[in-house]
Amino acid sequence: MTFFTEFGRYLLMIKGMFTRPENFKMYWKEIMHQCNDIGIGSLGIVLIISVFIGAVSTVQTAYQLVSPVIPISTIAQIVRDTVILEFAPTLTCIVLAGVVGSKIASELGNMRVSEQIDALEIMGINTKSYLIMPKILAALIMIPLLVIIAMVLGIWGGRLAGTASHILSAESFDKGLLQAFVPYNVFFAVVKGYTFAFIISSIPAYFGYYVKGGALEIGRASTTAVVTSCIMILFSDYILAALLL
Amino acid sequence: MIEFKNIKKGFGDKVVINGVSAVLETGKANLIIGTSGSGKTVLMKCLVGLFEPDEGEILYDGKDFTTMNDDERKMLRQQIGMLFQGSALFDSMTVEQNVMFPLDMFTKDSFSTKLKRVNEVLDKVNLGEVNKKFPAEISGGMKKRVGIARAIVLNPKYLFCDEPNSGLDPQTSLVIDKLIHQITKEYNMTTVVNTHDMNSVMEIGEHILYMFEGIKEWEGNNSEIIFSKNQKLNDFIFASEFLRDAKDMRMLEVRGKIDNDRNMDELLK
Repeated sequence: MTFFTEFGRYLLMIKGMFTRPENFKMYWKEIMHQCNDIGIGSLGIVLIISVFIGAVSTVQTAYQLVSPVIPISTIAQIVRDTVILEFAPTLTCIVLAGVVGSKIASELGNMRVSEQIDALEIMGINTKSYLIMPKILAALIMIPLLVIIAMVLGIWGGRLAGTASHILSAESFDKGLLQAFVPYNVFFAVVKGYTFAFIISSIPAYFGYYVKGGALEIGRASTTAVVTSCIMILFSDYILAALLL
Repeated sequence: MIEFKNIKKGFGDKVVINGVSAVLETGKANLIIGTSGSGKTVLMKCLVGLFEPDEGEILYDGKDFTTMNDDERKMLRQQIGMLFQGSALFDSMTVEQNVMFPLDMFTKDSFSTKLKRVNEVLDKVNLGEVNKKFPAEISGGMKKRVGIARAIVLNPKYLFCDEPNSGLDPQTSLVIDKLIHQITKEYNMTTVVNTHDMNSVMEIGEHILYMFEGIKEWEGNNSEIIFSKNQKLNDFIFASEFLRDAKDMRMLEVRGKIDNDRNMDELLK
């Protein structure tokens, strides 16, 4: 019963965002501010995790691929497809759920508890529209871009690890990368990026916006938001794979 | 003028406001007083639309707020300024940006015009030199004054102040009270102040509603309040022995039994 109540309130929150903005310029400014926070603010962590994911994929694939009949360039093929299909979109977004999601939940929670949201309401501003919509739009713009960056860097990290550990030469890796490439996989990864971006931004926004109490509740809301987002990312990952592959 | 009739509001089984009616007059500081949990904050939140009352009418200059659609409410809210208990300043903005925010949102004025207006209201609340500071860098009293400046920057017709003196020392409280009173008179606003500070009551209470357990127990002004025979009100305002003694002294003074030099022998008889 509680689940349906919460889900209904979540849907009403989403519906409540769609009203005419009081001032387009202010909304645009807020979207750009959020793009900077979500996109540029998360770039560092995305760079680090994607390079290491690619590197580890290469080393572990080489470790498991012991048959002499399989060409060594197959390692690059496997790394490419796992990075594009799974690691870049899903793992990056799970990390972003922690970084971006907790920030959104705690920011809105703090605004709620310190009556800043009430202050905006009193001014006649639709707070769902002004506070939540820019965050969701910014996430929809920036997170798929971060996923694409993670794909490129993941593959580059794999190439770097492969050559540095003398597993395969750069030429073999490049040859493997171009073999049996399916562009649809990139499209699939971007679709995942958009879906996860919506989850990462809207679920923490919901938990932060409706927080009640004080500092303790903000912390709880933030944790719940991250956990729920991660579960929803994995669940939708499965649904998308079943539907689109 | 704000008129509310038979306002009722509950949360679950608990009735917090039970049929409260009053008329809050323009150009006056209208105070809602009462103990913690008496329903004064809920009543104020009903008046500004942060809570929907279960029953009753709220009329802003004759227009019923409870039956207005979202657009009408938005329009009305642009005429409402509110000072919150914790000031509710936006942490990520400087003082100047906080005060300019309503102007940015609702006017198409140039930056220089807006800045001029911001400096004007900051001067009004006696705050200079803090424009570029963040809320975390200023004192509680300053935050309240910035909150007032932000509330009045759009020249509202109605000003709501939720416990403006909470957490402030008596001297700063007095400054805030005088400021609210001065602004009310100057802009001819309908000001509603929610407080349990007796200094404020005596200083600016031109019209006072005393709330007790969700009902309006008493209504009057600051010159009537200390002579009230209402036991619940007396228990509230003369909670300390010091104030009870002060009241006895005032009574004797009014009856001519003691003069301003405080004839203590007479008082002690």
